[in-house]
Amino acid sequence: MNTMLSAGLAVLGMAVVTYIPRLLPLLFTERFQVTGRLRLFLDYLPYAVLSALVFPAIFTSTGDAWTGTAGALAAFLLSLAGLPIIVVVFGGIGAAMLTGWLL
Amino acid sequence: MEQTKQIDPRVSSSLPVADEEESWREGVKAGIPVAVGYLPIAITFGMLAETAGLSPWIAVAMSLIVYAGASQFVGVTMLASGAAPLAIVFTTFILNFRHFLMSSALTQKINPTLASRVKAITAFGITDETFAVASLHRSSRTLSVPYLLGLNAVAYLSWNCGTWAGLLLSSGLPELVKSSMGISLYVMFLALLVPGVKTSRPALMVAVLAALVQCAFTYIPIFAPLSSSVRVILSTLIAAGAGAWLTKEVPS
Repeated sequence: MNTMLSAGLAVLGMAVVTYIPRLLPLLFTERFQVTGRLRLFLDYLPYAVLSALVFPAIFTSTGDAWTGTAGALAAFLLSLAGLPIIVVVFGGIGAAMLTGWLL
Repeated sequence: MEQTKQIDPRVSSSLPVADEEESWREGVKAGIPVAVGYLPIAITFGMLAETAGLSPWIAVAMSLIVYAGASQFVGVTMLASGAAPLAIVFTTFILNFRHFLMSSALTQKINPTLASRVKAITAFGITDETFAVASLHRSSRTLSVPYLLGLNAVAYLSWNCGTWAGLLLSSGLPELVKSSMGISLYVMFLALLVPGVKTSRPALMVAVLAALVQCAFTYIPIFAPLSSSVRVILSTLIAAGAGAWLTKEVPS
Protein backbone atom coordinates (compact mmCIF):
# COMPACT_ATOMS: atom_id res chain seq x y z
CA MET A 1 0.00 0.00 0.00
CA ASN A 2 1.06 3.59 -0.61
CA THR A 3 2.81 4.82 2.58
CA MET A 4 0.98 8.13 2.74
CA LEU A 5 -2.37 6.44 2.22
CA SER A 6 -1.78 3.78 4.88
CA ALA A 7 -0.49 6.42 7.32
CA GLY A 8 -3.59 8.50 6.63
CA LEU A 9 -5.82 5.49 7.24
CA ALA A 10 -4.00 4.76 10.50
CA VAL A 11 -4.53 8.34 11.68
CA LEU A 12 -8.24 8.21 10.80
CA GLY A 13 -8.65 4.91 12.63
CA MET A 14 -6.76 6.28 15.63
CA ALA A 15 -9.08 9.30 15.69
CA VAL A 16 -12.18 7.09 15.69
CA VAL A 17 -11.05 4.70 18.45
CA THR A 18 -9.84 7.62 20.58
CA TYR A 19 -13.08 9.53 20.23
CA ILE A 20 -15.52 6.69 20.95
CA PRO A 21 -14.51 6.07 24.60
CA ARG A 22 -14.56 9.82 25.19
CA LEU A 23 -18.02 10.22 23.70
CA LEU A 24 -20.13 7.18 24.65
CA PRO A 25 -20.55 7.71 28.42
CA LEU A 26 -21.31 11.42 27.95
CA LEU A 27 -23.87 10.70 25.27
CA PHE A 28 -25.80 8.46 27.64
CA THR A 29 -25.54 10.77 30.64
CA GLU A 30 -29.24 10.51 31.42
CA ARG A 31 -29.00 6.77 31.92
CA PHE A 32 -25.72 7.20 33.73
CA GLN A 33 -26.96 9.07 36.79
CA VAL A 34 -26.02 6.65 39.54
CA THR A 35 -26.14 6.42 43.32
CA GLY A 36 -24.65 4.21 46.01
CA ARG A 37 -21.28 2.54 45.68
CA LEU A 38 -21.02 3.10 41.94
CA ARG A 39 -21.41 6.83 42.57
CA LEU A 40 -18.62 6.67 45.17
CA PHE A 41 -16.47 4.75 42.70
CA LEU A 42 -16.91 7.48 40.07
CA ASP A 43 -16.21 10.18 42.66
CA TYR A 44 -12.95 8.47 43.67
CA LEU A 45 -11.83 7.88 40.07
CA PRO A 46 -10.04 11.22 39.59
CA TYR A 47 -7.93 10.74 42.74
CA ALA A 48 -7.07 7.17 41.79
CA VAL A 49 -6.18 7.98 38.18
CA LEU A 50 -4.12 11.05 39.07
CA SER A 51 -2.17 9.20 41.71
CA ALA A 52 -1.59 6.25 39.36
CA LEU A 53 -0.32 8.62 36.67
CA VAL A 54 2.00 10.49 39.05
CA PHE A 55 3.57 7.69 41.11
CA PRO A 56 6.22 6.52 40.68
CA ALA A 57 6.66 8.02 37.18
CA ILE A 58 7.24 11.58 38.46
CA PHE A 59 10.60 10.61 40.01
CA THR A 60 12.03 9.50 36.67
CA SER A 61 10.17 11.98 34.46
CA THR A 62 13.24 14.14 33.88
CA GLY A 63 15.42 11.15 33.03
CA ASP A 64 17.28 11.55 36.31
CA ALA A 65 16.06 10.45 39.76
CA TRP A 66 17.71 13.38 41.60
CA THR A 67 16.20 16.18 39.51
CA GLY A 68 12.88 14.32 39.32
CA THR A 69 12.70 13.94 43.09
CA ALA A 70 13.70 17.57 43.65
CA GLY A 71 10.97 18.77 41.29
CA ALA A 72 8.38 16.47 42.86
CA LEU A 73 9.28 17.58 46.38
CA ALA A 74 9.16 21.28 45.48
CA ALA A 75 5.79 20.83 43.76
CA PHE A 76 4.42 18.85 46.70
CA LEU A 77 5.40 21.55 49.21
CA LEU A 78 4.10 24.37 47.01
CA SER A 79 0.73 22.70 46.50
CA LEU A 80 0.52 21.80 50.19
CA ALA A 81 0.93 25.54 50.87
CA GLY A 82 -2.15 26.10 48.69
CA LEU A 83 -0.43 28.02 45.89
CA PRO A 84 -2.03 28.27 42.41
CA ILE A 85 -1.37 25.40 39.97
CA ILE A 86 0.71 27.55 37.64
CA VAL A 87 3.08 28.44 40.51
CA VAL A 88 3.38 24.76 41.41
CA VAL A 89 4.14 23.84 37.77
CA PHE A 90 6.88 26.44 37.33
CA GLY A 91 8.22 25.77 40.84
CA GLY A 92 8.54 22.08 40.03
CA ILE A 93 10.23 22.68 36.67
CA GLY A 94 12.50 25.31 38.27
CA ALA A 95 13.57 23.01 41.11
CA ALA A 96 14.35 20.19 38.67
CA MET A 97 16.34 22.56 36.45
CA LEU A 98 18.26 24.06 39.38
CA THR A 99 19.16 20.61 40.72
CA GLY A 100 20.31 19.51 37.27
CA TRP A 101 22.46 22.62 36.93
CA LEU A 102 24.02 22.13 40.38
CA LEU A 103 24.81 18.44 39.92
CA MET B 1 -31.82 54.22 27.44
CA GLU B 2 -29.42 54.55 24.55
CA GLN B 3 -27.06 56.39 26.81
CA THR B 4 -27.11 53.73 29.53
CA LYS B 5 -26.23 51.12 26.95
CA GLN B 6 -23.30 53.15 25.71
CA ILE B 7 -21.91 53.69 29.18
CA ASP B 8 -22.00 50.07 30.17
CA PRO B 9 -23.27 47.54 27.62
CA ARG B 10 -22.97 44.72 30.17
CA VAL B 11 -25.67 46.17 32.39
CA SER B 12 -28.27 45.70 29.67
CA SER B 13 -27.17 42.18 28.75
CA SER B 14 -29.08 39.42 30.47
CA LEU B 15 -27.45 37.67 33.39
CA PRO B 16 -27.08 34.23 31.79
CA VAL B 17 -24.90 35.73 29.03
CA ALA B 18 -22.66 37.39 31.60
CA ASP B 19 -22.53 34.10 33.49
CA GLU B 20 -21.53 32.27 30.34
CA GLU B 21 -18.76 34.76 29.64
CA GLU B 22 -17.57 34.44 33.21
CA SER B 23 -17.55 30.62 33.00
CA TRP B 24 -15.72 30.69 29.68
CA ARG B 25 -13.06 32.97 31.14
CA GLU B 26 -12.78 30.74 34.18
CA GLY B 27 -12.33 27.70 31.93
CA VAL B 28 -9.65 29.43 29.87
CA LYS B 29 -7.83 30.39 33.05
CA ALA B 30 -8.01 26.84 34.37
CA GLY B 31 -6.64 25.62 31.04
CA ILE B 32 -3.46 27.70 31.16
CA PRO B 33 -1.45 25.32 33.39
CA VAL B 34 -2.53 22.46 31.09
CA ALA B 35 -1.40 24.48 28.07
CA VAL B 36 1.96 25.16 29.70
CA GLY B 37 2.38 21.47 30.42
CA TYR B 38 1.40 20.47 26.88
CA LEU B 39 3.77 22.76 24.99
CA PRO B 40 7.07 20.94 25.67
CA ILE B 41 5.44 17.55 25.08
CA ALA B 42 3.79 18.64 21.84
CA ILE B 43 7.08 20.16 20.69
CA THR B 44 8.82 16.87 21.46
CA PHE B 45 6.10 15.06 19.51
CA GLY B 46 6.63 17.30 16.48
CA MET B 47 10.38 16.77 16.64
CA LEU B 48 9.97 13.01 16.96
CA ALA B 49 7.71 12.89 13.90
CA GLU B 50 10.19 15.03 11.97
CA THR B 51 13.20 12.87 12.90
CA ALA B 52 11.23 9.66 12.25
CA GLY B 53 10.96 10.84 8.65
CA LEU B 54 7.16 10.99 8.53
CA SER B 55 5.33 13.55 6.47
CA PRO B 56 4.72 16.59 8.70
CA TRP B 57 1.08 16.48 7.62
CA ILE B 58 0.64 13.14 9.37
CA ALA B 59 1.83 14.70 12.64
CA VAL B 60 -0.36 17.76 12.12
CA ALA B 61 -3.40 15.59 11.34
CA MET B 62 -2.79 13.45 14.42
CA SER B 63 -2.75 16.44 16.73
CA LEU B 64 -5.85 17.83 15.03
CA ILE B 65 -8.10 14.77 15.01
CA VAL B 66 -6.60 12.18 17.41
CA TYR B 67 -5.49 14.63 20.10
CA ALA B 68 -4.12 12.13 22.60
CA GLY B 69 -0.51 12.41 23.74
CA ALA B 70 0.60 8.86 24.45
CA SER B 71 -1.21 7.41 21.43
CA GLN B 72 0.38 9.91 19.10
CA PHE B 73 3.89 9.05 20.28
CA VAL B 74 3.15 5.36 19.87
CA GLY B 75 1.43 6.00 16.53
CA VAL B 76 4.41 7.85 15.09
CA THR B 77 6.87 5.25 16.38
CA MET B 78 4.80 2.41 14.91
CA LEU B 79 4.30 4.20 11.58
CA ALA B 80 8.03 4.83 11.33
CA SER B 81 8.69 1.13 11.90
CA GLY B 82 6.23 0.23 9.16
CA ALA B 83 3.51 -1.33 11.33
CA ALA B 84 0.14 -2.16 9.78
CA PRO B 85 -2.56 0.51 10.22
CA LEU B 86 -4.82 -1.99 11.97
CA ALA B 87 -2.16 -2.80 14.59
CA ILE B 88 -1.68 0.91 15.24
CA VAL B 89 -5.42 1.49 15.61
CA PHE B 90 -5.77 -1.44 18.02
CA THR B 91 -2.89 -0.23 20.20
CA THR B 92 -4.43 3.25 20.30
CA PHE B 93 -7.74 1.80 21.38
CA ILE B 94 -6.12 -0.04 24.31
CA LEU B 95 -4.10 3.04 25.27
CA ASN B 96 -7.11 5.34 25.34
CA PHE B 97 -9.63 3.11 26.98
CA ARG B 98 -9.01 4.92 30.25
CA HIS B 99 -10.86 7.89 28.74
CA PHE B 100 -13.96 5.74 28.99
CA LEU B 101 -13.56 5.78 32.77
CA MET B 102 -12.94 9.53 32.79
CA SER B 103 -15.91 10.30 30.57
CA SER B 104 -18.07 8.11 32.84
CA ALA B 105 -16.95 10.07 35.88
CA LEU B 106 -17.70 13.37 34.10
CA THR B 107 -21.28 12.27 33.39
CA GLN B 108 -21.98 12.88 37.08
CA LYS B 109 -20.86 16.49 36.80
CA ILE B 110 -22.54 17.74 33.64
CA ASN B 111 -26.14 18.63 32.97
CA PRO B 112 -27.72 15.41 31.58
CA THR B 113 -30.25 17.30 29.44
CA LEU B 114 -27.64 18.97 27.26
CA ALA B 115 -27.99 18.52 23.49
CA SER B 116 -26.02 15.58 22.08
CA ARG B 117 -24.25 18.01 19.76
CA VAL B 118 -22.87 19.92 22.74
CA LYS B 119 -21.84 16.70 24.48
CA ALA B 120 -20.10 15.54 21.30
CA ILE B 121 -17.95 18.69 21.19
CA THR B 122 -17.18 18.52 24.91
CA ALA B 123 -16.22 14.84 24.69
CA PHE B 124 -13.58 15.49 22.03
CA GLY B 125 -11.57 17.60 24.45
CA ILE B 126 -11.35 14.99 27.25
CA THR B 127 -7.74 14.18 28.08
CA ASP B 128 -6.05 13.03 31.31
CA GLU B 129 -5.26 16.65 32.06
CA THR B 130 -8.50 18.42 31.16
CA PHE B 131 -10.42 15.67 32.95
CA ALA B 132 -8.33 16.16 36.08
CA VAL B 133 -8.85 19.91 36.07
CA ALA B 134 -12.58 19.67 35.36
CA SER B 135 -13.43 16.88 37.77
CA LEU B 136 -11.57 18.47 40.67
CA HIS B 137 -13.00 21.92 39.96
CA ARG B 138 -13.83 23.06 43.47
CA SER B 139 -16.70 25.52 43.35
CA SER B 140 -19.49 23.82 41.47
CA ARG B 141 -21.27 20.50 41.51
CA THR B 142 -22.40 20.86 37.93
CA LEU B 143 -19.84 21.96 35.35
CA SER B 144 -21.01 24.51 32.82
CA VAL B 145 -20.46 24.00 29.11
CA PRO B 146 -18.65 27.33 28.53
CA TYR B 147 -16.22 26.41 31.32
CA LEU B 148 -15.45 23.02 29.76
CA LEU B 149 -15.16 24.48 26.27
CA GLY B 150 -12.82 27.23 27.48
CA LEU B 151 -10.64 24.70 29.28
CA ASN B 152 -10.59 22.28 26.33
CA ALA B 153 -9.97 25.01 23.75
CA VAL B 154 -6.85 26.36 25.47
CA ALA B 155 -5.41 22.87 25.92
CA TYR B 156 -6.18 21.90 22.30
CA LEU B 157 -4.68 25.10 20.94
CA SER B 158 -1.49 24.58 22.92
CA TRP B 159 -1.16 20.96 21.79
CA ASN B 160 -1.53 21.90 18.13
CA CYS B 161 0.72 24.98 18.28
CA GLY B 162 3.34 22.88 20.07
CA THR B 163 3.17 20.23 17.34
CA TRP B 164 3.83 22.87 14.66
CA ALA B 165 6.65 24.35 16.71
CA GLY B 166 8.26 20.93 17.10
CA LEU B 167 8.04 20.25 13.38
CA LEU B 168 9.64 23.59 12.57
CA LEU B 169 12.35 23.53 15.25
CA SER B 170 15.21 21.56 13.79
CA SER B 171 17.81 22.01 16.51
CA GLY B 172 15.65 22.24 19.61
CA LEU B 173 16.01 23.49 23.14
CA PRO B 174 19.00 22.93 25.46
CA GLU B 175 18.98 19.41 26.93
CA LEU B 176 18.65 20.57 30.56
CA VAL B 177 15.61 22.73 29.75
CA LYS B 178 13.97 19.94 27.75
CA SER B 179 14.52 17.24 30.37
CA SER B 180 13.38 19.48 33.23
CA MET B 181 10.17 20.25 31.36
CA GLY B 182 9.46 16.54 31.25
CA ILE B 183 8.20 16.89 34.80
CA SER B 184 5.65 19.61 34.01
CA LEU B 185 2.55 17.46 33.53
CA TYR B 186 3.37 15.35 36.57
CA VAL B 187 3.73 18.34 38.86
CA MET B 188 0.47 19.66 37.48
CA PHE B 189 -1.24 16.39 38.39
CA LEU B 190 0.31 16.65 41.83
CA ALA B 191 -0.98 20.22 42.18
CA LEU B 192 -4.49 18.97 41.38
CA LEU B 193 -4.26 15.96 43.66
CA VAL B 194 -2.87 17.55 46.84
CA PRO B 195 -5.70 20.02 47.65
CA GLY B 196 -8.29 17.25 47.18
CA VAL B 197 -6.61 14.69 49.39
CA LYS B 198 -5.78 17.32 52.02
CA THR B 199 -9.46 17.79 52.84
CA SER B 200 -10.85 14.30 52.25
CA ARG B 201 -9.55 11.29 54.14
CA PRO B 202 -11.15 8.69 51.83
CA ALA B 203 -9.67 10.48 48.80
CA LEU B 204 -6.26 10.37 50.46
CA MET B 205 -6.58 6.62 51.09
CA VAL B 206 -7.63 6.03 47.47
CA ALA B 207 -4.67 8.07 46.19
CA VAL B 208 -2.17 6.30 48.45
CA LEU B 209 -3.53 2.90 47.43
CA ALA B 210 -3.33 3.78 43.72
CA ALA B 211 0.28 4.90 44.17
CA LEU B 212 1.19 1.71 46.06
CA VAL B 213 -0.40 -0.55 43.45
CA GLN B 214 1.32 1.38 40.69
CA CYS B 215 4.69 1.05 42.49
CA ALA B 216 4.11 -2.69 42.83
CA PHE B 217 3.42 -2.92 39.08
CA THR B 218 6.57 -0.95 38.37
CA TYR B 219 9.05 -2.66 40.67
CA ILE B 220 7.86 -6.27 40.93
CA PRO B 221 9.27 -8.07 37.89
CA ILE B 222 6.28 -10.37 37.25
CA PHE B 223 4.22 -7.32 36.20
CA ALA B 224 6.76 -6.25 33.60
CA PRO B 225 4.68 -7.54 30.64
CA LEU B 226 1.82 -5.14 31.48
CA SER B 227 1.92 -2.02 29.34
CA SER B 228 1.91 1.33 31.12
CA SER B 229 -1.67 2.12 30.11
CA VAL B 230 -2.94 -1.24 31.35
CA ARG B 231 -1.16 -0.56 34.64
CA VAL B 232 -2.84 2.84 35.00
CA ILE B 233 -6.27 1.34 34.27
CA LEU B 234 -5.76 -1.53 36.74
CA SER B 235 -4.41 0.64 39.58
CA THR B 236 -7.26 3.09 39.06
CA LEU B 237 -9.91 0.38 39.14
CA ILE B 238 -8.37 -1.29 42.20
CA ALA B 239 -7.96 1.93 44.21
CA ALA B 240 -11.30 3.55 43.34
CA GLY B 241 -13.02 0.17 43.72
CA ALA B 242 -11.51 -0.43 47.16
CA GLY B 243 -12.47 3.10 48.20
CA ALA B 244 -16.08 2.64 47.11
CA TRP B 245 -16.24 -0.79 48.72
CA LEU B 246 -14.79 0.23 52.07
CA THR B 247 -16.56 3.58 52.56
CA LYS B 248 -19.16 3.31 55.31
CA GLU B 249 -21.55 6.07 54.30
CA VAL B 250 -23.08 5.40 50.92
CA PRO B 251 -24.75 8.33 49.08
CA SER B 252 -28.38 7.72 48.15
